[in-house]
Amino acid sequence: MTIRFEDPNRPNSYIGRTVPRPNAGRLVKGRGRYVDDILLPRMVHVAFVRSPYAHARIAAIETSQAKSLSGVLAVFTGRDLAEVCTPWEGRLAHLEGMKTPPQHPLAVERACWVGEPVVAVVGRTRADAEEGAAMVEIEFEALPAVTDIRTALDPETPVIHEAFGDNLCFRKTNEKGEVDRIFAEAHTVVEESFKTARHTGVTLEPRVILADWSEAEGEMTVHVSNQAPHMLQVLLASHLGIPESGVRVICGDVGGSFGVKVHVYPDEVATAAIAKILGRPVKFSSDRLEAFTSDIHARDHEATGRIALDETGRILAFDVDDWTGIGPYSIYPRTSAVEGLQVTNLIGGPYEFDHYRCRTSVVFQNKGICAQYRAVGHPVAVAITEGLVDKAAAQMGLDPVEIRRRNLIRDDAYPRTTAAGLKLEALSHHKSLDALIEAMDYEALRSEQASLREKGVHRGIGIASFIELTNPSPFMYGIGGARISAQDGCTVRMDPDGSVVALTGVTEQGQGTEAITAQIVAEAVGVSPGMVRIVTGDTRVTPFGGGTWASRGAGIGGEAALQAGRAVRGQVLAVAAAMLQANAKDLDIRDGIVVDAGTGAERMPLAEIGRIVYFRGDTLPKGLPRELMQTRHFLTSDYPYAFTNGVQASYVEVDAETGFVKLLKHWCVEDCGRIINPLLVDEQIRGGIVQGLGAALFEEICYDEAGQLLNGTMADYLVPMSGEMPDMIIRHVETPTAESELGAKGAGEAGTAGAPAAVMNAINDAIRPLGGSVTHMPFTPERVLRAIGAIGK
Amino acid sequence: MTDTFRNRIDLEMTVNGEPIELTVPAARHLIDLLRTDLGLTGSHAGCEHGVCGACTVIVDGETVRGCLTLAAQLQGAEIWTVEGLTESGAIADLQKAFVERNALQCGFCTPGMLASAKVLIERDAVPSREGIREHMSGNYCRCTGYEAIVDAIETTLRGRAGGDAR
Repeated sequence: MTIRFEDPNRPNSYIGRTVPRPNAGRLVKGRGRYVDDILLPRMVHVAFVRSPYAHARIAAIETSQAKSLSGVLAVFTGRDLAEVCTPWEGRLAHLEGMKTPPQHPLAVERACWVGEPVVAVVGRTRADAEEGAAMVEIEFEALPAVTDIRTALDPETPVIHEAFGDNLCFRKTNEKGEVDRIFAEAHTVVEESFKTARHTGVTLEPRVILADWSEAEGEMTVHVSNQAPHMLQVLLASHLGIPESGVRVICGDVGGSFGVKVHVYPDEVATAAIAKILGRPVKFSSDRLEAFTSDIHARDHEATGRIALDETGRILAFDVDDWTGIGPYSIYPRTSAVEGLQVTNLIGGPYEFDHYRCRTSVVFQNKGICAQYRAVGHPVAVAITEGLVDKAAAQMGLDPVEIRRRNLIRDDAYPRTTAAGLKLEALSHHKSLDALIEAMDYEALRSEQASLREKGVHRGIGIASFIELTNPSPFMYGIGGARISAQDGCTVRMDPDGSVVALTGVTEQGQGTEAITAQIVAEAVGVSPGMVRIVTGDTRVTPFGGGTWASRGAGIGGEAALQAGRAVRGQVLAVAAAMLQANAKDLDIRDGIVVDAGTGAERMPLAEIGRIVYFRGDTLPKGLPRELMQTRHFLTSDYPYAFTNGVQASYVEVDAETGFVKLLKHWCVEDCGRIINPLLVDEQIRGGIVQGLGAALFEEICYDEAGQLLNGTMADYLVPMSGEMPDMIIRHVETPTAESELGAKGAGEAGTAGAPAAVMNAINDAIRPLGGSVTHMPFTPERVLRAIGAIGK
Repeated sequence: MTDTFRNRIDLEMTVNGEPIELTVPAARHLIDLLRTDLGLTGSHAGCEHGVCGACTVIVDGETVRGCLTLAAQLQGAEIWTVEGLTESGAIADLQKAFVERNALQCGFCTPGMLASAKVLIERDAVPSREGIREHMSGNYCRCTGYEAIVDAIETTLRGRAGGDAR
């Protein structure tokens, strides 16, 4: 049986419809249960003493004063925890030559960034623990800090990890064709330098973990705000010496994640280790300063790039040299090399060309650790690509739309492998661009821009095409030896009254996992979504899976749910056929009732099947299978990734006197394959766009030359607020993947991938007549004014 | 911790329509009083210095930041949190609009958003979208991009202005 997606009036047609999220009604009443809301008997709190130095040797630690406080129960140093917890190294075997040193839950000999946890203080209350932390005295001997990216490998720069001999974590060049010859002979060559600012996820709920060790049961129960419970289960088990089945990770309500909460953090592992030592529940709840210093950062890239074109404006080659600083350690277990690696894969992704070179140099620094954050590497690659394309268009006198029409890969040219080596199944760049032009009424906008320019109003239109990596296979992490699952599973169970419970390995952080899983299972089984209850985020009960990252929930978890629901349907119909003395092929389930497939005539409610199977199984033929609980797992295998595509446009107004950029409107056309819930997809895109707009205009983690963090508060680190954000028009093209029956690809990162480039191009379109351009994010008023020469360089 | 902050103070207040008497440390902030002392975990601490709005609650008819308000300031105050606003039905239309428009994702900002929006939807005039955006600009949401929140508030405002039943 296949689903006739093209027929919106088919029975049980829940896939493709906007249905409300089952968990939204609870959250809007303030009935969420986030980790910090959980109180356990005998629970204590841990606070961390963190390094105030970017790089320092830990000479001595004096804890007696802290221990003397009545509310302080215990104090732990790095050496204490090293006895119960093994260190880790964020390396992937397939990233050749990658280096990173062992990392402990608490720094042992050296602290390597401002905010690295050094001592843990356990108190009866959070205030007690913090008071104790303030009494710990650590004698630091300051060491030279490495903070600059471009000079990190210079011989005179100190080496952070002496055994390595240099500060290089990883370097890779992705090259194809005759790049040097093409650039030497090309009609037009355009060069530019780009910077994407180091920024961070700023989840509204900071990281939080509550770990409880029961020695009697040999079980560690961990409530944690995290995206990947099974990953954390196996890693905590490994480093704390507990069988995997003895670690239960529960991720209930998660207050935003965006990649911030998919990593192993030293303070969280320390909390679990302390719980194991103390044998009682221990909670760590990060405050906002700790979030800024110890959550992962991302996008700290500087690049120079050039593009070669022939006389008709056809792109011939890209050549990019990307540098990125990742802090002192590569993140565990995903590594901090993947962002740079993605840049080498994604540059030029939407375009047709044969000659390609992109090198990334991933260097260590004494700053916070950089790692995977929403749209890993994509905003960097898209900004470089689309910045170069627009600059070339301007130089050649081509309209930005026209140069894209000439160069985007044709919609009928798939499958294909790009010059960078990406295998693309089916994309729709031209259809998407057409839809964008129509949605924004491009010509009218250009005339408005021209007439306003005559009045001294500087408006600009920026366009950015992009591809997005979704539905990753084991080629992303598993191949490198990381215990990160690319497959996912779903168990669907029919209860006696015909209602359904589905347990899925993908997780919910508000994007709508529960809603889409309910829709899929409802359609697959043949009940209404309201009859389906979803369970996520508990490693004790859900099938082993990867969780939610790389826009995999719908495409991979969704397909597992479809197949599991379909299997339950098959079992129900087999039982019904026996009871009705009918052929299962002639029966269907519609809205919770077994019907004749041909006529739709009602034969038997599911509740009757449930009653017989669970309470009067004796009346069924002996040996008749009647497992109304089925599990299916799904893994992509035809392609390493399901790439999606899209195009965004930004309309801005630049105030040439103040340098302020006003976002007037934003458009995105996106092709994420089969859409399961249109409203949720649109809101994923919108939320993603705004994170990209933050990157473009506001967000930058600032360190001084000594590695001190300068803006660790939300008053100093600017995030997008409602007042500055535009309304966003979202449109879709649907090119389902043939990899699965569901046909869904991911949609979570498209907005973030393309928005910064669209804004950059819009600003440059606005200020081009004034001279100058901006390519170093964020585009603050100061940078805009310097670009147009209103203030000195 | 100084001795002053170790002092304990006796408070009487009304929280979600219920009279409350309790003794708390002088350093206790409103958000901690709500979450820790009263178990009202609907309000959240996000930035702990008044920027993100996650702890926004209503005190004597005005929105305040729970993280910047000392409990000691609230002798005799009338406090409403998302729990009480839900039970009283005061914002049922707003909550319905939030759910229908998917104006929340992770839900962590939502109680504060609702508290801020309540003050706006009880005004007589229907503000422009820019006016709604401006009013809500003290509440941070990392998930939605704000447009759905603005839409939901606008829908609620229109509903109330049109005399629609809640």
